[in-house]
Amino acid sequence: MAQKHHTAHHGKKHEPDKEWEPKIVGFLCNWCSYAGADLCGVSRFQYPTNIRLVRVMCSTRVSPHLVLDVFEAGADGILIGGCHLNDCHYMTGNFHTEKRVELMKRLLKEAGIDEGRLRLEWVSASEGEKFSKVVTEFTEGIQKLGPSKVRSDDMMKAKVSAADDASQTFRLKALVGKEFNLLSKGNAYGEEVDAEKLTGVIDVATQDEFERALILELARIRPMSVKQLGMVMDVPTDKILRHIVLLRQNSKIAMEHPEGFTPVYKTIAIGGEQ
Amino acid sequence: MPEDTNIEKKPRIGVFICHCGSNIGGFVDVKAVTEYASTLPDVVYATDNLYTCAEDGLNNIKESIKEHNLDRVVVSSCTPRTHAPLFQRTCEAAGVNKYMFTFVNIREHCSWVHMKEKEKATQKAKDLVRMGVARARFLEPQEETKIDVTPAALVVGGGVAGMTAALSLANMGFPVHLVEKEKELGGFVKNLHGLMMTKKSANEAIQPLIDKVNAQKNITQYVNSHVATVEGFIGNYDVSIGTEGSESKEVKVGAIIVATGAIPLVPEGLFGYKEHPNVVTSMEFEELCNKKEIPKLKSVAFIQCAGARGQKVSYCSRICCNVAIKTAINIAENRDNMLGATEEKAEAEAGQVVEEPAAEMKAEDEGLERRRRRRGRGRREADEAADEGGAPSSGVEITVFNRDVMAYGVEHELEFNKAREKRVKFIRYLPDNLPKVSTKDGKLEVGYFHETLKMERTMPVDMVILSTPLVSQPDAATLSQLLKVPLGQDGFFQEAHVKLRPVDFATDGVYVCGTCRGPADIAEAASQASAAASRAAIPLANGYVQAEALTSRVDETKCTGCGTCVEVCPYGALRKNDDGISEVIVAACKGCGCCGATCPEGAITMTHYTDQQLLAEAKAALEEV
Ligand SMILES: Cc1cc2nc3c(=O)[nH]c(=O)nc-3n(C[C@H](O)[C@H](O)[C@H](O)COP(=O)(O)OP(=O)(O)OC[C@H]3O[C@@H](n4cnc5c(N)ncnc54)[C@H](O)[C@@H]3O)c2cc1C
Ligand code: SF4
Ligand code: SF4
Ligand code: FES
Repeated sequence: MAQKHHTAHHGKKHEPDKEWEPKIVGFLCNWCSYAGADLCGVSRFQYPTNIRLVRVMCSTRVSPHLVLDVFEAGADGILIGGCHLNDCHYMTGNFHTEKRVELMKRLLKEAGIDEGRLRLEWVSASEGEKFSKVVTEFTEGIQKLGPSKVRSDDMMKAKVSAADDASQTFRLKALVGKEFNLLSKGNAYGEEVDAEKLTGVIDVATQDEFERALILELARIRPMSVKQLGMVMDVPTDKILRHIVLLRQNSKIAMEHPEGFTPVYKTIAIGGEQ
Repeated sequence: MPEDTNIEKKPRIGVFICHCGSNIGGFVDVKAVTEYASTLPDVVYATDNLYTCAEDGLNNIKESIKEHNLDRVVVSSCTPRTHAPLFQRTCEAAGVNKYMFTFVNIREHCSWVHMKEKEKATQKAKDLVRMGVARARFLEPQEETKIDVTPAALVVGGGVAGMTAALSLANMGFPVHLVEKEKELGGFVKNLHGLMMTKKSANEAIQPLIDKVNAQKNITQYVNSHVATVEGFIGNYDVSIGTEGSESKEVKVGAIIVATGAIPLVPEGLFGYKEHPNVVTSMEFEELCNKKEIPKLKSVAFIQCAGARGQKVSYCSRICCNVAIKTAINIAENRDNMLGATEEKAEAEAGQVVEEPAAEMKAEDEGLERRRRRRGRGRREADEAADEGGAPSSGVEITVFNRDVMAYGVEHELEFNKAREKRVKFIRYLPDNLPKVSTKDGKLEVGYFHETLKMERTMPVDMVILSTPLVSQPDAATLSQLLKVPLGQDGFFQEAHVKLRPVDFATDGVYVCGTCRGPADIAEAASQASAAASRAAIPLANGYVQAEALTSRVDETKCTGCGTCVEVCPYGALRKNDDGISEVIVAACKGCGCCGATCPEGAITMTHYTDQQLLAEAKAALEEV
């Protein structure tokens, strides 16, 4: 199966594969979007059969790593549905969702996955028809994008896995966790926070954390030199070196000297043994 | 299927797939789905029912649990939003914990939305069942805990709202601690002279309420006092009350009502306030009335929305139009001889006013008559009506400059008509062309643009009364932080939901009423207070609250005390313990999952919605079959 995909989308333009059906997962909050999907059913609005829905109490429950993990498992598209802003059953939940989805999209971009594969939609309990439209439109979009390469392309899989790991780093979680409160209430000193500046900070942090996670991911598969990592990842070697210094300080990566001069690096497996 | 990492005992899952008559059966091959279900890991029994929710179906579930020794149940039918409680009760009746149940929706989310593609719909139904089974394998039983409630209440603020709320709870038999920061009860109404639509003075109107509070043995009053600290959660608050000049007192309560009122805006820099003499706010005018210090008046101008609706604050203060109408009528009637030694005629009329029967008694006929007059009333008729004695004018010219008159409801509308009958002039201004207050040769005047005549005009006046909006108490933020309840954009306390939960805070156990939640008149403040008291009485009367079983759980070994979770929880359900580690207040947690998705250390698990459960379910969707 995976083999077939491989050939199917290696050409520049994707030939719509008759057999291929997109696999789409939807995470819907219990109070609005799930109810909207129910009403859609009650009203018999039809939509394509590709989506599989998972119920959560609030869209705010959907941590970035859940979504990235499901992409890593091969999902072609993921929909997150919540209540309209200010209508969240838990008041501020979906404002955090919005921030988290921004992070997910940043990481997908780093991993080279089309952002169009992730969609956030506000659907109220009375918007049954809207739900069918959203799903139809989204499914058609995914059809156009073709199958996710995660299952067929090892580099892609490594990248999505790195995105997943990056999303679980303290730095990104803390930044994005505080983002909404920082913007709406100011910082701990009651000062207003410059939204643009904060976005800049998160952008830089996202790229750094992603690159570090990818180094670890690649060096886990086989030991690699700075130069090799730079080439595979398409990142300047001095930057790779900076990441490696930090990763070594944190005992995440070890140096090895197998073939003469060039040192290679190997990810330290959790538990400490090399 | 994901590895069975923490599945200790091999699960025994029963799957029940419903035809729902032909609602599902007509569009999905239920037999095929059932057959497929029986092949899934850990499924020891799978069957289909014509109607799983009917007596037969429910008995089938119960019997199968016994017969096959099932420890978890998957029902694949309609929507959990309507039917989950029914199936959960059935499971419980047969000895399976209700959290060991999973609902798979193959009607609303499958058969009804894919009515023309039976094959694909059947495939989807199989996938959905597989997802449900994958989730079920990781379920854990949960207990719902009951939390005891201390049957006593704290009311903060001793105005109309606070006193009304305290009195209703006390009358129900609950001890109430009533905290007032000033030296006496009564609140803002104590500053007022007369009240709308009654001939009673403000003090006469409020005194009976104060007397009742004084007489109620269940109420303990703390004047010159403030709430110093609050610890705890619904049912169990430890409150420390600080009183000027004496030791602070610790009390235990189960519910808290916030009724701290509001104050009128001081219109610094607006409409010549403090710049020219005789430019006062409506509150100051009431005080002048009380002190009998109103200067001799021939012409008075009110300026409405002074500082409101886009000037200093953005909102409409709701009560000021009615207050201005009340004051205008009082001036026109020279109520209680408020205008002091003006003309004798005025005095004589004022005398009459006092002798008049109580307004309440007259209201009906007057109202009727006015309504009759209003119908098809032309300008001339109105004038005649006025001449017929409708307008016992004190000879003072009264003008109300307004953007539009918010005399909402019939009774205020009638007062508005009454004011017009008393020749009070209402002149409209637009927000980009505000009236200007100035002096000419030492005499006060108001310049304005007449919107009908389209020309600038000036009007000499003896006094300008500025109707300024109510604004939140300057120390509202302190109380908001103590109680962990939010203030809205305008600085007023913010209720859980404007329409559906108007006197609750989102945090259980804390309630709000009166002008501290936004401008309101006395009647509104009092009804909110009664509402808040009855909401607060629910946990107090029950004696317990049922805590959610779906909550967050902090892994103390992983938490580093960064505090991010405490920041994001909308219900104040997380706090740091003495070791600086986060802990969940189970009674307050609503299980939204925000903290779980936020915790940078991954230290928070959501019960019943664990990462493992959600991932198992979502990833099962991607499997090839
Ligand atoms: C000029 C003017 C005229 C008005 N005329 C009328 C009228 O004619 N008819 C009418 O129906 N309404 C009128 N109102 C509105 C009326 O005043 C309010 O509806 C009423 O006062 C609301 O009652 P309350 O209990 O909510 O607040 P308040 O009366 O403001 O009482 C709040 C109490 O809480 C106390 N407090 C505040 N903070 C704390 C704290 N942190 N700790 C402890 N105690 C605290 C305050 O000292 C006060 O005693 C008028 C308002 C204004 C401004
Ligand atoms: S966010 Fe996580 S690490 Fe931080 S205090 Fe809360 S539980 Fe602890
Ligand atoms: S689950 Fe929601 S309500 Fe419960 S502690 Fe976490 S953020 Fe607060
Ligand atoms: S409950 Fe729907 S988004 Fe929070």
